[in-house]
Amino acid sequence: MVTGPASAWDVAAATPDPELPQLTVAELGILRSVEHAGNTVIVTITPTYSGCPAIREITADLRHRLAAGGFARVEVRTQLAPPWSSDWISAAGRRKLAQAGIAGPHPAPRRHGPTPLTLLPARRAVQCPRCGSARTVRTADFGATACKALYRCDECREPFEYVKEI
Amino acid sequence: MSGEDNPYDLLAGEHGEDHRWAFGTGFTDPLAGVDTTVPPGVDAAALAAYCLMLGDDALIYSHRLQQWITRLPELEEETAVANIALDLLGQARMLLARAATADPSLGADEDRLALFRDEPGFRNVRLAERADADFADLVARLLVFACWRLAVFERLRGSADPVLAAIAGRGVNELAYHRDYAAQWVVRLGDGTDHSRDRMTRALAAVWPLVDELFTAHPVEHALGSVAVDPADVRAEVDAALSAVLAAAGLERPRAAPLGRVSGQSGRDGVHTEDLGYVLAELQSVARAYPDATW
Repeated sequence: MVTGPASAWDVAAATPDPELPQLTVAELGILRSVEHAGNTVIVTITPTYSGCPAIREITADLRHRLAAGGFARVEVRTQLAPPWSSDWISAAGRRKLAQAGIAGPHPAPRRHGPTPLTLLPARRAVQCPRCGSARTVRTADFGATACKALYRCDECREPFEYVKEI
Repeated sequence: MSGEDNPYDLLAGEHGEDHRWAFGTGFTDPLAGVDTTVPPGVDAAALAAYCLMLGDDALIYSHRLQQWITRLPELEEETAVANIALDLLGQARMLLARAATADPSLGADEDRLALFRDEPGFRNVRLAERADADFADLVARLLVFACWRLAVFERLRGSADPVLAAIAGRGVNELAYHRDYAAQWVVRLGDGTDHSRDRMTRALAAVWPLVDELFTAHPVEHALGSVAVDPADVRAEVDAALSAVLAAAGLERPRAAPLGRVSGQSGRDGVHTEDLGYVLAELQSVARAYPDATW
């Protein structure tokens, strides 16, 4: 029988992200906490973006997995503050991104005042996740999902995605 | 990966209350598990009215952007505009849900608020409802809207309502990308060919009459004190950002008289241009024809 907070965390943490199925919600930093209140497991998640359509799927999947793991009463809560940051992607998450051909994010800027205007396309030194070359160019700041930008490698000529720092 | 590990496979199977027919359907409360208690001393009805204003701006603007999908000049712009529309829709959902939780006398949830209010019930600024005539129009209008909303949200992060502050905190990160996307296109078109410069100049002139309204405070914004942001306070900052973009693009700031108010009223009072009716017809007709439908 599976009991105790650590194992509830383990079950929840193994849930894959629907948009980046190579990564778990724990590796992506969406899973904030798993707590026990009486016989209820309270799972707290922070969505990546305001309009993230995957939250519903993640919630359903968490419930399903925890139920299968022996946790009958599950409550999934949303925590909005602090907002999700790409800095929360774990080292293991970054390795898995690279293995999937997706470049991991640079550190997110930490600001408190006004956000400076960027009039030229972002010039990040992004390494190609396939061949390791630094000769890459950004082709678009928005990819198939809000969290990714599109790049192309001038060395191996392959296009690839980059998880934006936010 | 297969079977139990694949969330798409899980979708196909029934599992109790979570059964649904497609990815992204069966929406839940976007504020599930968030403490939505209105802080003591905050006027709940005014807070709800304010959240409707900010939520309607995002909802209506998002719909205008959604209308562009499949009509944009390049695939990269399709994904960019779709993502911006999705961010704004997410902001709208949380803000409308906040309005509904702050003031239960509205007797509504986010869906009722979005789909069953008539034009005079909408509190968006008139800039949000304007139809874009071409791509230059799209980026001119988005530049103004994103610069303004970003400046307001940056200050709202310190709102006395923690839910509003949290929504703003997330929105700031998104709006910075929206603004830079629009700004980079305004520079590219303004500093491009004679033809692109002409189109960009014309687009800015068309949008400019709607700028003044953004900085005109509504009594609700004044009444809320440290919960809200007085939009007049962000004018200098927004002007500076717009000037920086226009200077880089080699474009003149348009000189255009503000669009008139009707008996002193405009979007925030529920007085709109004809454009809003077309947006609502498209946005609401299915929900109104099938009021018991679920999705």
